[in-house]
Amino acid sequence: MDAKEIIARRVALELRDGMLVNLGIGLPTLVARFIPPGMSVAMQSENGLIGFSAPPPEGMENRDLIDASGGLIMSLPGAASFDSATSFALIRGGHVDMAVLGALQIDAAGRLASWMIPGKFTPGMGGAMDLVAGAKRVIIAMQHVAKGEPKIVESLTLPPTATRRVSLIVTELAVIEPTDEGLALRERAPGVSVADIVASTGARLIVPEVTPEMPLCRD
Amino acid sequence: MRKSAITAEAAAQLVPDGARVMIGGFLGVGSPDRLIDALVARGARALTIIGNDTAYPTVGVGRLIEAGCVARVEVSHIGTNPTTQRLMSAGAIDVELIPQGTLAERIRAAGSGLGGVLTPTGVGTVVAQDKQVIEIDGASFLIEKPLRADFALLRAHEADYYGNLTYRLTAANFNPVMAFAADCVIVEPDEIVPVGVIPPDAVRTPGVLVTHIVGRAR
Repeated sequence: MDAKEIIARRVALELRDGMLVNLGIGLPTLVARFIPPGMSVAMQSENGLIGFSAPPPEGMENRDLIDASGGLIMSLPGAASFDSATSFALIRGGHVDMAVLGALQIDAAGRLASWMIPGKFTPGMGGAMDLVAGAKRVIIAMQHVAKGEPKIVESLTLPPTATRRVSLIVTELAVIEPTDEGLALRERAPGVSVADIVASTGARLIVPEVTPEMPLCRD
Repeated sequence: MRKSAITAEAAAQLVPDGARVMIGGFLGVGSPDRLIDALVARGARALTIIGNDTAYPTVGVGRLIEAGCVARVEVSHIGTNPTTQRLMSAGAIDVELIPQGTLAERIRAAGSGLGGVLTPTGVGTVVAQDKQVIEIDGASFLIEKPLRADFALLRAHEADYYGNLTYRLTAANFNPVMAFAADCVIVEPDEIVPVGVIPPDAVRTPGVLVTHIVGRAR
């Protein structure tokens, strides 16, 4: 199981029946593959759709039906389409139960940077700032380090996406929850030691006496 | 009021160099491709484009960027178009990045006669620079001003002769909200149908907002 699959499987365990969920571009979209059979989760695509799955059968694609990454999708029975103002009313208005987003950096206060690296790459924020402002829970799905450098840092060196503290950070090494006291280590991935996690993290972690192993599927 | 169809080429002639132009679409889906091609063919210059993104170099708004028609973009995302990135770094194009929900609401505010909107999005980030922050019941909000344009170039699914519009699936995106926010609204529909074919409840943009309809391709 590679790093991305570990992350997607663990994030999927946060899904609950009846939720409206928005998955960000990239790694977060993998979470959709691990929705348990029988669970009803409505997926929102910020470009104007609730209720989709990807991809359509070959030859059945519709060019007017894409997700926020530009990938061709299928609408599901019961789907609803709407314009961008309505889509972001859903997002900002607290109607989205859970947003799963990637990140470039997270700091000790649980703040997120995800939309630019000054002087190098400026993709833009797209819908990320609205999602962080409005979703009930914001879960960060990201690899623990980038090019050997920790992505979890004491304070952000990149421009923040919002001032809000994210709800949970899931990486291929650990599950970490930002709290009033700081970043609390909640789980470690199978075969990963607490020392490994601390060594790959650029911010102080609150480590419990016993760190349980990360579950990757439901009991 | 009944409108007569114009060609994409005639529509492109209406849009002068230097105009502020809203263009519907999300990564090219729901963008008026024939109008974009006609602007490229006319050799339009120094346009300001307002829209969600700059798509890809060969798709949608990206074709205007590639052809050198654009001096400035006001969009939420340019990550899918390396040409926009390169021109921005070289100082050849101005890029204002606007959170997507804020972009939709600023356009909506302009089109509905509001003096602006209050949003929590962007508080404490670079988006808040030079903007007023106000507190309401203990929460902070940015004042975001209305965003208008000279032209809105829209893609619809159906238009009737009055300009009543329908949209399909994710091709609606910014089109319905932009229909309110420009002096001249030009729509490129997939289909044109006689008045009465679109049931009133199915109309998503009332025809009174539409200035010109681009006729079917010949």
